[in-house]
Amino acid sequence: MTFWQVFVAPFVDMATNPRFFVEVVLGGIFAGVMYSLVALGFVLIFKASGVFNFAQGAMVLFAALTLVGFMERKVPGLIAFALTVAVMAVLAFAIERIVLRPLVNQEHIVLFMATIGLSYFLDGFGEMLWGSDVKRLDLGIPDSSFLVSGVLVNKLELSAAVSAGALVGVLAILFQRTRIGRALRAVADDHQAALSLGISLRSIWVIVWTVAGLVAIVAGIMWGTKSGVQFSLSLIALKALPVLILGGFTSVPGAIVGGLIIGVGEKVAEVYWGPLVGGAIENWFAYALALPFVLFRPQGLFGEKIIERV
Amino acid sequence: MLYRVAGQFKTTYAGDQAIFPIAQDRWLVSLALAAAFAGVPLVANEYWLQAILIPFLIYSLAAIGLNILTGYAGQLSLGTGAFMAVGAYSAFKITTAAPQLNIIFVFILSGIVTAGVGLVFGLPSLRIKGFYLAVATLAAQFFLTWLFNKMPWFVNYASSGTITAPPRTILGVMVTGPGATAQVRYLVALALVVALAVAAKNLVRGRVGRSWMAIRDRDIAAEIIGIRPLRTKMLAFGISSFYCGIAGAELIFLYLGSAETLAFDISLSFLVLFMVIIGGLGSILGSFLGAAFIVMMPILLTNVPRLIGLPLRVDLQKHIELMVFGGLIIFFLIVEPHGLARLWQITKQKLRLWPFPY
Repeated sequence: MTFWQVFVAPFVDMATNPRFFVEVVLGGIFAGVMYSLVALGFVLIFKASGVFNFAQGAMVLFAALTLVGFMERKVPGLIAFALTVAVMAVLAFAIERIVLRPLVNQEHIVLFMATIGLSYFLDGFGEMLWGSDVKRLDLGIPDSSFLVSGVLVNKLELSAAVSAGALVGVLAILFQRTRIGRALRAVADDHQAALSLGISLRSIWVIVWTVAGLVAIVAGIMWGTKSGVQFSLSLIALKALPVLILGGFTSVPGAIVGGLIIGVGEKVAEVYWGPLVGGAIENWFAYALALPFVLFRPQGLFGEKIIERV
Repeated sequence: MLYRVAGQFKTTYAGDQAIFPIAQDRWLVSLALAAAFAGVPLVANEYWLQAILIPFLIYSLAAIGLNILTGYAGQLSLGTGAFMAVGAYSAFKITTAAPQLNIIFVFILSGIVTAGVGLVFGLPSLRIKGFYLAVATLAAQFFLTWLFNKMPWFVNYASSGTITAPPRTILGVMVTGPGATAQVRYLVALALVVALAVAAKNLVRGRVGRSWMAIRDRDIAAEIIGIRPLRTKMLAFGISSFYCGIAGAELIFLYLGSAETLAFDISLSFLVLFMVIIGGLGSILGSFLGAAFIVMMPILLTNVPRLIGLPLRVDLQKHIELMVFGGLIIFFLIVEPHGLARLWQITKQKLRLWPFPY
């Protein structure tokens, strides 16, 4: 492994074949959109309740399994979607009631461990209800590509990116323009002040977990159409952690930018530098990217500064 | 009645500072130890030793390691699996490079190697805490398992990519490798666990343990009263990794026989974390109870439905196992954050008076 191979050759490759480079970046952006969606679910819950929800990945799996389960039983697509939303709402209510309420005012780390337990529970529960074999999720979008000025663009990835963008837009409107959104932001700013203004923390938590469930459904649909609905879906939570570190735990734009950086960085590193060290560096590269942030800027790119008092 | 302490006077400082100040506890522990060392190898069959007792002992050791770090020093780690892998791979490298070295020394050396690696990955804990630290240890988990998987040097260029425990003897008795009987492997694991558990118990009730707990309870305040965070946290990471490393080496050499990195993936980290939570954060006894619970749970789920005439399908059983683990974690965090160890203490309290409560 020479200096040339590590620091020069990959860039020469990029420059000599720019179309391939653009395709790699596009693939990275698609993966990044997925990470962003999962990270978004984390951020929503963290902002409103200070809970670091490790179970977000399990919720993605659970939502996708539920949707496919309904569709396999010949429920029409839209009704199946509505039913899945209802299931996620019930789940949010149950989580608030059974897990969060008894643990109110506990340390963050205790709540974090509780969500690890929750994620195990959801994994088992979802697969027990709907079966554990790999399922196909077909939305009628062909997994084929077309050429845009010489660069291959995948239709499925494009529509996924567009719908993710639309979802972020809807969430932004929900946060900025509606009464619920104002309440959510108030709770995120200051729990006690929000309580004193008559905002019910409990209903806000249920709403926020439902919205996170909604985001999980969208992420589950996209990931499921791409690679089938299977257990590995719940593992993308592990990929979303570095995204959060990068973007900041409390910032919605941070989750999106962080997801894109991680997605693109990971793909580019895998394609151009991976072969040098034996490949499969995707597993830890995101963490390597996030570690400097952990050490030098723990609040992330966009997060609020962490101030600690005795 | 059973646990009556009336009349047990402590007349020396040594008696006052004993690990088990109550005579009943001393009797119980000596009985348990005698049974474990002398009784079990005579009575237990191959299945009991291989499927339950050996993994129980090894997981107990790993749980003690994680408990030192998470339960006593308050630093959450999700990299236990990777540290165990470091122990296993370094033990393999050491014993293949120096075959005549006593296998016990190999275990201890691999623990020291793991302690070094743990120190490196513990360094971020000086700047970050809570789940930021958890993310840093996750980085260790993914990076180390990838490293062992990709670098053929670690498996001595074996084409299968697995490490296999070579046959080694202590005093002429085969201890590891395919020729070793389950009884011998059980006794070696037991001796190591007992020695290391006693060491850990003495560590956590002394000066070092108190400084760990001070850091756990409020690190800034601990710093102000004169506990050096650098030394204390690094010590916790080092010693915890030492225990996990030995447990990892035992996992290969005394239990599995051969394995690849898959045996040390993130689910192992979570499994050990669950043992610590269910058994009791900040309790050496809890590490044993939690390990016993987690090892027994799948076996109970297999056998109990069959006994009552309702055999479960294998996949359903797996799902129920996940649900039970997850549900229990939440249950214990809510109802009894100090875990099974605390339940045992409460039982002891009750037994002091029972059956004459007044």
